[in-house]
Amino acid sequence: MAKQGRIAASSALLAAAAVAALVLPGWMISLATIAFANGLVVLGLIVLWRAGLVSFGQALYYCIGAYAVALVGRWTGMTDALVLALIGGGSAGLVAFGVGFLLARYREIFFAMLSLALSMILYGLLVKTESLGSTDGFSVIAPTFFGYAPHQQALLVALYWLVLAICAVAALLVGAYFRSVGGALAIPLRDNEIRVEFLGMSASRLIHTKLVISGLLGGMGGALAALAVGHVDPNMSYWTTSGEFVFITILAGAGSVVPAFVGSLAFESVRSFAFAMLPQLWQMLLGSVLLLTILFLPQGLGSLIMRPRWRRDAEAP
Amino acid sequence: MLNRGSALGGVLGSFWVLVSWFGVATTPAQAQKASPPAASVKLGIVSFLTGPAASPFGIPGRNGAEIMIEAMNGGKVPAPFNKVGFGGSNIEAKYIDETGSAANVVTEFRNLVQRDQVDAVIGYVSSGNCLAVTPLAEELKALTVFYDCGTPRIFEEKPRSYVFRVSPHATMDNVAAARYLLAKKQDVTSYSGINQNYAWGQDSWRDFAGAMQVLAPKVTVDKTLFPKLFAGEYGAEVSTLLTSKSQVLHTSFYDGDLEAFIYQEQARALDKRMTIIATTGEAAIWRLRDKMPNGSLIGARGPNGPLAPDSEFNRWFQKIYSDRYNIPPTYPAYQMAMSLLGLKLAYEKAKKGDAKPTSDEVAAAFKGIEFEGPSGSVKLAIGDGHQGISETAYGTYRFNKEKNEPEIVDVMRFPAECVNPPAGINADDWIKEGMKGAKC
Amino acid sequence: MLTAFAILVDGLVYAAYLFIVAIGLTLIFGVMKILNVAHGSFYTFGAYGAATAVGIYFDRGLPDAGGFLLMVLFAMTLGLALGLILERGIMRLVYGKDEVVMVLVTYAAFLILEDIVILVWGPGSYATYQPLLAAGNIEVGELILSNYDLGLIMVAALLAAASYWALKFTRYGRLLTAVIFDRETAAAFGINVKVVYTVTFVIGAVLGALGGAIMAPKIAVTLGIGVEVIVLAFAVVAIGGMGSIEGALAGALIVGICRAAAVHLVPQVELFVIYGVMALVLLIRPYGLFVRAQPRKI
Repeated sequence: MAKQGRIAASSALLAAAAVAALVLPGWMISLATIAFANGLVVLGLIVLWRAGLVSFGQALYYCIGAYAVALVGRWTGMTDALVLALIGGGSAGLVAFGVGFLLARYREIFFAMLSLALSMILYGLLVKTESLGSTDGFSVIAPTFFGYAPHQQALLVALYWLVLAICAVAALLVGAYFRSVGGALAIPLRDNEIRVEFLGMSASRLIHTKLVISGLLGGMGGALAALAVGHVDPNMSYWTTSGEFVFITILAGAGSVVPAFVGSLAFESVRSFAFAMLPQLWQMLLGSVLLLTILFLPQGLGSLIMRPRWRRDAEAP
Repeated sequence: MLNRGSALGGVLGSFWVLVSWFGVATTPAQAQKASPPAASVKLGIVSFLTGPAASPFGIPGRNGAEIMIEAMNGGKVPAPFNKVGFGGSNIEAKYIDETGSAANVVTEFRNLVQRDQVDAVIGYVSSGNCLAVTPLAEELKALTVFYDCGTPRIFEEKPRSYVFRVSPHATMDNVAAARYLLAKKQDVTSYSGINQNYAWGQDSWRDFAGAMQVLAPKVTVDKTLFPKLFAGEYGAEVSTLLTSKSQVLHTSFYDGDLEAFIYQEQARALDKRMTIIATTGEAAIWRLRDKMPNGSLIGARGPNGPLAPDSEFNRWFQKIYSDRYNIPPTYPAYQMAMSLLGLKLAYEKAKKGDAKPTSDEVAAAFKGIEFEGPSGSVKLAIGDGHQGISETAYGTYRFNKEKNEPEIVDVMRFPAECVNPPAGINADDWIKEGMKGAKC
Repeated sequence: MLTAFAILVDGLVYAAYLFIVAIGLTLIFGVMKILNVAHGSFYTFGAYGAATAVGIYFDRGLPDAGGFLLMVLFAMTLGLALGLILERGIMRLVYGKDEVVMVLVTYAAFLILEDIVILVWGPGSYATYQPLLAAGNIEVGELILSNYDLGLIMVAALLAAASYWALKFTRYGRLLTAVIFDRETAAAFGINVKVVYTVTFVIGAVLGALGGAIMAPKIAVTLGIGVEVIVLAFAVVAIGGMGSIEGALAGALIVGICRAAAVHLVPQVELFVIYGVMALVLLIRPYGLFVRAQPRKI
């Protein structure tokens, strides 16, 4: 019963979001596209979060996905958006697989700082590479969609729908993962790793899997963001980018899937709103809104960030 | 039923989103209520209003825009710019902060053009942002004038239709620096460089070293330092330079980093051993004052500030700016003023009768335009008529103790065709191939 | 030979800078287990406070030493006030929530404080060079060293010694150490953990502001100086181990010397040094250099 209700509600939201593209102005669609692409990265963060790991290095995968798209587009002339997104996600996933052998051994702040260090190393490498434009970056070719090459508003809407579709599929898959054994073990991992090992599961293998998933999602998000913005630069690997994803995650609440996208959209909207209202003091506005949200929406955040000594809600993925 | 936690979270989240979108959507409506849309020209002005680049570039740029727009709306600009506003239409400006990632900058550009419906966007300090915004400006057919960013890549990568840059690009600064250095210090045998480790610093060094290689191949490079942008702490770099045998130090450091470096090197008397060439030094002299070492070679990204030709236009601009902001205008303010003047001229050329000219018409009028402003004369001669070139000047710094004022003396001017690449060739290639065609 | 000496001195100066900035953060982190992003704001306020104090004091013909003192005291007072306001006003409201939420609160506070700086001091930059230049310099062979830098090294050393002594030999220091080790047991022993939190946070704020104040004469005090400092401080804390003063010192020294060596010998890798060092250290010691023996909880 609950499941059907949830499916119905999610489908309705998705349909509404899709139809909205036909009436909303271009700038809103663009904002939403970027927000949802970022939402994918946030989803990846949530996967790790449930296991008690905060990654301050998601920017690594975001940047790899973005640069993969930009470079493949430039060198091979491939322009199909879906293919590019998959390539972006795949490259980042591969890197996550490799890096995971190292990262899976760490916890807490050390995990955070090591992941940060890795993303900053990529940043340094990109800054030094003058042929890739160093900090100026370079532009991304305009995407096509299964042979269809739209322009202007049509391009915006097409990309938006693609992003929506990918987000929906990702949400479904990640939701399914959360219900699987590996996903469900996230919370026990966070609470007490040793007991998980007593159960016969390998904690580092589980975490390695989660790292790969989050890398895949981060890379996809970066790839789609690169297509939406049309430009990539090393700043996408900087720690402040990772920090932003972390804060959107905290804001959205790390318990389930849909808040990742809603939270991302809310953050982008509020930031844009703050820019327009107070061009020089927008940071204050954003900070105040964040603060008020934390203080007055504790249920939105609190029920989703569970602590061992709190009453455990029947967790609905 | 739906789990209470996630439902509540979802509802509150949606509420948040609705509220913020409502706020965002009504903002342009409020702006439009302020004045009848048809009779005025809306400009979006984008520069750094927060962060470390605000004080040296973003704020002077913004102030330059504010004071020029005010003067334009009052019809007070010297002829031939004395029509009110743009061709009689009042100018309304919206100031936006350039801070944020490329995604933010692009989003805000789109907001300016599509949500706020500005007629043109003038702005951008960061070359990365200029590059990110250019394809979007072309796609949206939005008239855009870059006022400060220095990279030559914008018009070298592809021909553009709606993007213009009145200010010459950064190649000019470093080629002129090399020429001035060799004119003033014929006995130099070795030079070192300290530049920020990002595109601006890397490009500046490459252009300078490349120009030196062409003009004086016997002069060698000693230390090449690239500290992190905004590092602030240069102890190790100063030590390294103290052990170097170079007579000259090239730097494209600007304000915050330049000030920090100067204070730190002064404490250790580095400038007694090396002459410093600061390609963007002019922007800092009003704050550094007597702390800027006498004898430093100073550039101003063109004939700006104390390096501007002494004309009535320049004196007028300096007066209205200093009267308002209590400090003389530095080069970003000049660049913004020149960009606005260029756009105004193009607009008025394109305007026929009472109707507002379209972006295409203004773009056609803007192409190849030539005019004189507070920085002297500029001509959009390269980049297929979209990129400006002008003469430039370098001088030597001296702090005048009697007048208690910074001064730039021993000024040398370099004609535009001497230090800018000719039309049709990339700046990089031009330097590498020996700067052929330079008319000095 | 001269290069080696230069590397040593430069490394010590940079290490002093890192240590002073990181010590406040590692204390707060060790005791309260939160990543205080607002530490960058303490640094910023300390720097701006110093700028104001220097602007008022110097160029009036008063003795220079007074200027140093005034600058430091003014900044520390600002840090004290700010720390108190932040802790009593905002942090108190979110105690008991997950540490992650507290980090977001400090981030929100950081954003707000950045703009408060604009409101109070404007977006321009401030020059505070007088103490730096007044200190003079000293020649060592070909190298000229700034006395201010040498003073920095002494201040850092003093600070390290003082905090070590305070933690080991004063009653309050031992209370703090107990809370760092195990908060719950400390509370069970009757330690008022809430008060310890407040005091720690304020001490951290004061130290952060002190860091900003003593760095101010060397840099241009402008917007954004707090941002990079945050990640540098975090990196040092990660290398050294959470809540460990010896760790912060060791971390600062290692990073400082490595970076100085990089600038002198291999300038191309300067950008990577701090992150490379951090990655290397974590590879060998996954919990940082000075990790407290953690009882296994089953």
